[in-house]
Amino acid sequence: MSLLPDFALVLFLLMAAVWTVAARDRRDSVIGFIVVGLLLSLAWIRLNSVDVALTEAAVGGGATGLLLLRACARLGPIETEGAHPQLPLRILTGVLCAVVAAALATIVLFPIEPAPTLAPAAAAHMSELGLGNPVTVVLLAYRAIDTLLEKVVLVLALIGVWALTPDLLWGGAPGSLRAQQSSGPLTFLAQVLPPVGIVIGVYLIWNGADRPGGTFQGGTVLAAMWLLVMMADLREPPEIRLHKLRQLVVFGPVVFLVAGFAGFWIANGFLSYPPDFAKPIIVLVEAALALSIAVILGMLVAGPAARAPR
Amino acid sequence: MTPAAYTATEGGALLVVAIVLPVIGMLAIFALGLRRAERIAYLVLPGGLLVALAIAADVARSGAAVTYVLGGWQPPLGIALRADGLSVTLMVLTAVVLCAVGLVARGSFSTPTDKAEARSPMVFWTLILGLWCALNTVFLGQDLFNLFVALELLTFSAVPLVCLDGRRETLQAALRYLLFALIGSVLYLMGAALLYGAYGTLDLAGLRLLARNDLATSVALGLMIAGLMAKAALFPLHLWLPPAHAGAPAAASAVLSALVVKAPFFIILRLWFDVAPQPANAMAAQMLAWLGIASILFCSVMALRQARLKLMIAYSTVAQLGYLFLMFPLAMASDAPTAWESVGWTGGVLQLVSHALAKASMFLAAGLIAEALGHDRIENLDGAMSVVPISVAAFGLAGLSLMGLPPSGGFVAKLMLLTAATETANWWIAAAILMGGILAASYVFRVLNRAMAAPSSNFACKASIPLYRELTVLGLAICAVVLGFVPLQPFAFLGIGRVGLP
Repeated sequence: MSLLPDFALVLFLLMAAVWTVAARDRRDSVIGFIVVGLLLSLAWIRLNSVDVALTEAAVGGGATGLLLLRACARLGPIETEGAHPQLPLRILTGVLCAVVAAALATIVLFPIEPAPTLAPAAAAHMSELGLGNPVTVVLLAYRAIDTLLEKVVLVLALIGVWALTPDLLWGGAPGSLRAQQSSGPLTFLAQVLPPVGIVIGVYLIWNGADRPGGTFQGGTVLAAMWLLVMMADLREPPEIRLHKLRQLVVFGPVVFLVAGFAGFWIANGFLSYPPDFAKPIIVLVEAALALSIAVILGMLVAGPAARAPR
Repeated sequence: MTPAAYTATEGGALLVVAIVLPVIGMLAIFALGLRRAERIAYLVLPGGLLVALAIAADVARSGAAVTYVLGGWQPPLGIALRADGLSVTLMVLTAVVLCAVGLVARGSFSTPTDKAEARSPMVFWTLILGLWCALNTVFLGQDLFNLFVALELLTFSAVPLVCLDGRRETLQAALRYLLFALIGSVLYLMGAALLYGAYGTLDLAGLRLLARNDLATSVALGLMIAGLMAKAALFPLHLWLPPAHAGAPAAASAVLSALVVKAPFFIILRLWFDVAPQPANAMAAQMLAWLGIASILFCSVMALRQARLKLMIAYSTVAQLGYLFLMFPLAMASDAPTAWESVGWTGGVLQLVSHALAKASMFLAAGLIAEALGHDRIENLDGAMSVVPISVAAFGLAGLSLMGLPPSGGFVAKLMLLTAATETANWWIAAAILMGGILAASYVFRVLNRAMAAPSSNFACKASIPLYRELTVLGLAICAVVLGFVPLQPFAFLGIGRVGLP
């Protein structure tokens, strides 16, 4: 098979990366970053890692890009007369980066053959759990504790963003996400797209057990639909003191914890699943996590409260 | 070669509780929005202390490490938790410091009675519990990626604590802290990925058996240790620490300085002594020690020059962290059969523990002094002795540990490091330990001198401090002093669970 498309992909990736670093305007740089994310997800597809590709597209390019664009809108242009690092520091930084890059390149270019891997071992137990997607097995079974703690990180990140709320506004709603001038096409899109997007999100979650997809990808798609509706001003972001909102945020981690502790009684210990019920439990946990991820991502983009509670 | 199999021990499930209990408390505060966030924290804090003590008792009784295999999946596929003598010591230390901080913080972070929920109490208590989960995971985790997740938990709990009061300069300090911590995370993750690529496992015990002395391993460990150095604020990567730790509310500074910066150091210890192919690179050990010496000397001088009490204590933290990095060449050059039976290793660990107790006490004392006087300018501390005598006494006792004067844990720790340095003929290290002690004495006495001076005529007390808060701070300082009565030799307890290591 021709290597030409791959070379082109690598070339575009490098160009977009250089553009991201070199761009003098914040917005240009962020757009470069989003392009890098999308090209990276193509690269992952070429490497047959569809799960990583979906996550990169949804989180790396999509959600992060949106966050950065919102930040740009609030920050205004970069002031160039600010302090430039001095020449010795810049040379030192350059030399250090070059050394690290050279060492990494040496290691990557002369890999160990055959590369040691856990893939066969990971695949060996898949049938025990009745799942078809090795990535899901790794995330929800072998390394379930990491996945659980990563969701706790998300909750902590949300608390960190909310911590920036002025004291008097605590409990209120984040500022409106509406664009400066209302736009007809956006409103139209926000009315038409969500039903389709929600189906795709649910499909990714449901499908994740056996084929590429899963909680983070599905959750991000759901969050995107919610954000679209908020940006078109069809719905306002909810107040951060709302009990229902808080409960949705912790719903996923709580279900995961309950499933984990249930393992003490119905299987052999924390976060272990009984073989006969492994798949339903894992799908349930995934669905709960995806819901929480969607709510958390949406609220992360919406930002700290900007209006006093009603 | 098959990686070592973990067998779950009887009390192993407690390790899960140690990690998950703070999470449950944090989620409960977040979701329930009860009238008082601190009430849930006061249920979790003593509970967590009991769990840590129970695990410690288990380790002491059985004389072996407590192990748990999560989900029954053996590493390298799954993840194991393991509490040896060292990690259980640090878990108890963490629980004691957090409980003390919780008591003192009651005065500053109680929800006002007329509100269902307020910003700073809710954020403070959830993040403190988040930190606890992160620290216990760092101490128990046996898997490089699991440790990465623990570091992320640590970063995302610690950074918002820095800017809890929302002032402009604390926001800047928090952002700088975040950038340093994230660069550290990236380097660590890159190293972990390289190790997985080279060995096909992330499990520490498995890596220990497989580790070769080649370029990939050296680069991977180098990247990881460099990243962790940024998180542990070793000179010259310490720039973020003083403004961050000085800008946080005193109760948060106490946790950040006493515990949070120790977590990345603990992982460096694990990588150096448990993963790196032995004997480790002598030049790298010397380099770490030189950076430690630079930390001690440069930041002690900086501490002397500060006008603000909290900034002075923050610089002192960087200086005291420097001592920890002296143990690498000292433990290597010793003729003890294993590193953890050497005087240098034990001295380093004791320095970690006594600094944690002393620095927590010192930051909390500084917080109470600032509350009582309404400021923390060292020049105007006169009169502090007449309003908060117990806090000033606690500051002085904690100062003993920093200076390395008897009786104090710091004295024993520094004496052990000094003994190891002279035994192994590392004269520069010995000189730095002595110089650091003299500089620490200068900055501690500078504060005590002012605090003990008679109050000036226009002296006004801004707030009265309840006795229990002052006594808690004194209790921590006394713990640091009591550590000074341990025997001057390597302890068997710290070596539990490490004896079988190759």
